[in-house]
Amino acid sequence: MVISTEGLTFTFGQQKVVKSLSLNVPEGSIYGFLGPNGAGKTTTIKLLLNLLQTQEGNIKIFDKDLRSNRIEILSQIGSLIEQPAIYAHLSGKENLLNRALLLEVPTQRVDDMLKLVHLTDAAHKKAGQYSLGMKQRLGIALALLSDPKLLILDEPTNGLDPNGIIEIRELLIRLVTQHQKTVFISSHLLAEIEKMATHVGIINYGELLFQGSINDLASLSQPLVQIEANNTVDAANLLTRNNFNVTEVNDHHLFATYTSKQQMGEINSLLNKNGYTVYSINKQQKDLEKLFLDITQPA
Amino acid sequence: MKGFILSFRSEFYKTRKTMGFWSAVLLPLLLCLLLFIGFFNKSDQLAQLPGFMLWLRFAGAILGVMGSLLLPMLIIFIAYSVNSIEHKADTWKTLFSLPIPKLSVYAAKYFYAFFLVLLCLALFVVFTLGFGNLLSVLKPSLKFNEYNIANTLSHLYFKLFLSSLGILSIQFLLSLLFRDFLKPMGIGFICTITGVILAGNGWTYAYLFPYSHPLLALKALQQGKEAHPGSMPSITVDMLTKDTWVSLAVAVAVFIIGYFIVLKKSVK
Repeated sequence: MVISTEGLTFTFGQQKVVKSLSLNVPEGSIYGFLGPNGAGKTTTIKLLLNLLQTQEGNIKIFDKDLRSNRIEILSQIGSLIEQPAIYAHLSGKENLLNRALLLEVPTQRVDDMLKLVHLTDAAHKKAGQYSLGMKQRLGIALALLSDPKLLILDEPTNGLDPNGIIEIRELLIRLVTQHQKTVFISSHLLAEIEKMATHVGIINYGELLFQGSINDLASLSQPLVQIEANNTVDAANLLTRNNFNVTEVNDHHLFATYTSKQQMGEINSLLNKNGYTVYSINKQQKDLEKLFLDITQPA
Repeated sequence: MKGFILSFRSEFYKTRKTMGFWSAVLLPLLLCLLLFIGFFNKSDQLAQLPGFMLWLRFAGAILGVMGSLLLPMLIIFIAYSVNSIEHKADTWKTLFSLPIPKLSVYAAKYFYAFFLVLLCLALFVVFTLGFGNLLSVLKPSLKFNEYNIANTLSHLYFKLFLSSLGILSIQFLLSLLFRDFLKPMGIGFICTITGVILAGNGWTYAYLFPYSHPLLALKALQQGKEAHPGSMPSITVDMLTKDTWVSLAVAVAVFIIGYFIVLKKSVK
């Protein structure tokens, strides 16, 4: 495991922000850390970077205790927390050069990073005049500068346009598949994580509600049969009388729990026999977005 | 130690294009230049003064306001500018997640503020001597060359530097803790006025109050003004008086307290 925490708990004054968190981030994964705003994501990330002192529980990164190996661990982590930290009066390149100085990285790396995030043309422009997307890209370049084994990114696509989001996503996938990095990325948007993550942790009110591979998450969601028919309400009653589990009915569609292909055929013929017109019938995976809401919203 | 040097160099790299850095250079240059122009135009009236008195007038014009106003204000501004660069850019979190010990990062910033004040005061010495000597070259009637004040002046300014460390450390901590300018500025301003009143009225315990120290440090100037024209005039600077010790002690204590605050403080 690249990151593993045990019973991580953090309290701000009276409020428990992180509750007994046990994260497991395997090597070579893109771990999507999901949760609504205020769920405790940033606090967790600050704990992982030792910006907040661990109060309860422990954190191991690269199988070493964070507290006693702080410097060694931090030298292998690149991070971007909330909005990127950039000196507005320096140019993009100067921001990178300053960091390169601190990290003792050869200056050649600065040009490479600028190229990687497509900021070569804007390298000498003051970072204060950058657009939000450019700042975010510069933030990622800063995080990647030391060629770290682990990238910790807090909402890195905030404020990016669709093109920017795709670029970042492809970059992260490339880093993991071609350069054997591990990425820990937080977001409140499942749709975004779904497209790149191999593993997912879902947090709400400081509690970890789900943790596992993206396939585990998908299998949690039960598929449904979606039926489009002319008289949905009566059709639903008919199905219920025949022991089918109808979950939802609206003007155009009704939904029943999916069990097999066979069952879909039976529903179809039953409705046809009883004079209903079936316009369409198909299997539908309950989308993760809905699942995410189900998990994060208290019943 | 390596972390400290790297951080210190980075401090310079970051601030070299900011007002915080340039004010330390431009302030002595502009003030000495103004004085130079003033002396140059009034050289006729000043021609009868002996070299020592001339220097005293020339250097004293700046030193007079230095202790009461200029130095404290400069310190408040420098302490603020060194910290505000991180507040503004939201970079405390990056500084403290670098693979560099927190102590090195903190100490580098602290000593960089010291360095800026030292630089500024050193430039005051350099420009005062430079412009004074330039005057005696351009206007031979001004007898600046009769007396060599370099030694006294550098001692005096070094004592000023030592006496400023107490204030500097307090202002540094305030600027580290508060994001806005008004709080450290307001507190610093009130304390400066208090310090001037205390030291100006010769209160016995003024030496315990850091903001009185610059003014107390300049007490040595009084001797020069009282010197008799006949005797060989001189100013002796007593480098380590009790107020200087207090200033150093405050600087060390606040440095240590500040470090523990930084360790405990959750980084925004």
